[in-house]
Amino acid sequence: MPASQVIERICLEKRHIMKKTLIKMGALFLAGGVALAAQAATPEEDRTAFTNHYKFRFPDVPMEEYPNGAYAIDKIGRENWEAIEEFPPYEPFIDEGQEMWETPFANGKTYKDCFSDGPGIKSQYPRWDKKQGMVITMALAINQCREANGEKALKYKKGPIVPLMSYMAFESRGQITNVVIPEDDPRAMAAYESGKKFYFTRRGQLNFSCATCHVQNTGLKVRTEVLSPSLGHTTHWPVYRSKWGTAGTLHRRFTGCNRNIRAKPMKAQGEQYRNLEYFLTYLSNGLTLNGPGARK
Amino acid sequence: MTKKSTRLVPMAGMVILLAGPLQVATVAAAEGASAVAEGKAISFKRSKGNCLACHMIEGGESPGNVGPPLIAMKARYPDKAKLRAQIFDATAFNPDSAMVPFGKHRILTEDEIDKVTEYIWTL
Ligand code: HEC
Ligand code: HEC
Repeated sequence: MPASQVIERICLEKRHIMKKTLIKMGALFLAGGVALAAQAATPEEDRTAFTNHYKFRFPDVPMEEYPNGAYAIDKIGRENWEAIEEFPPYEPFIDEGQEMWETPFANGKTYKDCFSDGPGIKSQYPRWDKKQGMVITMALAINQCREANGEKALKYKKGPIVPLMSYMAFESRGQITNVVIPEDDPRAMAAYESGKKFYFTRRGQLNFSCATCHVQNTGLKVRTEVLSPSLGHTTHWPVYRSKWGTAGTLHRRFTGCNRNIRAKPMKAQGEQYRNLEYFLTYLSNGLTLNGPGARK
Repeated sequence: MTKKSTRLVPMAGMVILLAGPLQVATVAAAEGASAVAEGKAISFKRSKGNCLACHMIEGGESPGNVGPPLIAMKARYPDKAKLRAQIFDATAFNPDSAMVPFGKHRILTEDEIDKVTEYIWTL
């Protein structure tokens, strides 16, 4: 390689290292937040620490862009995405879901009998259910409704639950994420903490935590994939993913991210992923729901 | 970078390019060159090193940029053992490293890490 080229490369690299140093400084915010967390940081302090970290990394990205995931920060990806949104690939799922919503169960009742507020109720989930002593997600509530009416539970990652949830997400567009952690039940806070712990724990043969990719290295690329911020991770599900060739749920995505690091995925809608969803959705409090979504 | 001898071994042009000027006797050089070629294959293969997921490497397609470009390695790692140690377990030097601990987590064998090290050192 000619010397001039080598120097150019090294300059490029220096810039990269400087960039990394800045990122590390940004990470300090979070490290601070996490250290605080060990001494019982409040969820609101966690959310502020995340928000500050991403604001530092992406000073030009306004908060309302975060529901767009990687496309908030990746100009090239965004162009393709905007073109895809002209003819949204998730549209047939919405129509199919509406039909499901309106079709009575064998006993003559409908989803409306379980969900009196109608289909646009995404912003009510995930929520702490004191009586059941667990986090209830919308997917779980759907199956509880079905089983109470003598119908079989649906699978959680793909299949008919996806159109139904797509319709409900569509009807919930414009609502604001507002996860509440009730103070009158310490088990709710424990569920949040366990989701947070899951998020920050390194696992798998490749030794990554969610934070390794989506906090520490957000904005950088793994191969051609720009790593999205975790603020906004939960606003737009289900997602039609070109790689899947269909739409899938948030827990399917969790499974995928766990598999990529050669970790054994957890059970969709099992306690660990529900608590993770509780924590992750809390981080997006204040962000607008915009599901269903499309991703490459 | 000092080189005592820059004797080129007659061999496929590709490999010479990769290995750079060889400094050792013909037989050893041939072995070295094949270690380098194997190391390159291991480094590029997605199910093995998959170094391109995070590093720009000359000749590699669609590299990520989570890690720094791997260039001028001999200059920056005069001690080959240190380079090997970084590949074996990056978290030993930086506990927060996003780099996969290839040796410690047995993603690559000792022999594979040796070969990857040989290859990376030529960059
Ligand atoms: C090795 C890196 C890596 C790790 C570790 C990882 N992810 Fe991801 N994740 C990705 C990539 C790459 C994508 C696709 C591009 C993007 O949107 O960030 C992605 C996408 C996602 C998305 C979809 C984003 C969207 O806008 O639709 C969610 C949600 C997500 N990850 C959550 C998680 C959670 C939770 C964990 C930990 C259990 C995790 N990820 C661990 C690499 C990772
Ligand atoms: C998932 C990301 C990732 C993968 C995969 C990865 N690295 Fe790295 N690598 C990094 C990061 C990040 C650094 C920066 C230093 C640190 O944090 O350890 C790094 C640093 C290095 C360094 C030190 C560079 C310097 O300038 O000092 C070498 C050498 C290296 N990696 C080699 C490799 C090799 C060889 C492979 C494949 C066998 C590989 N890496 C795979 C992320 C990765």
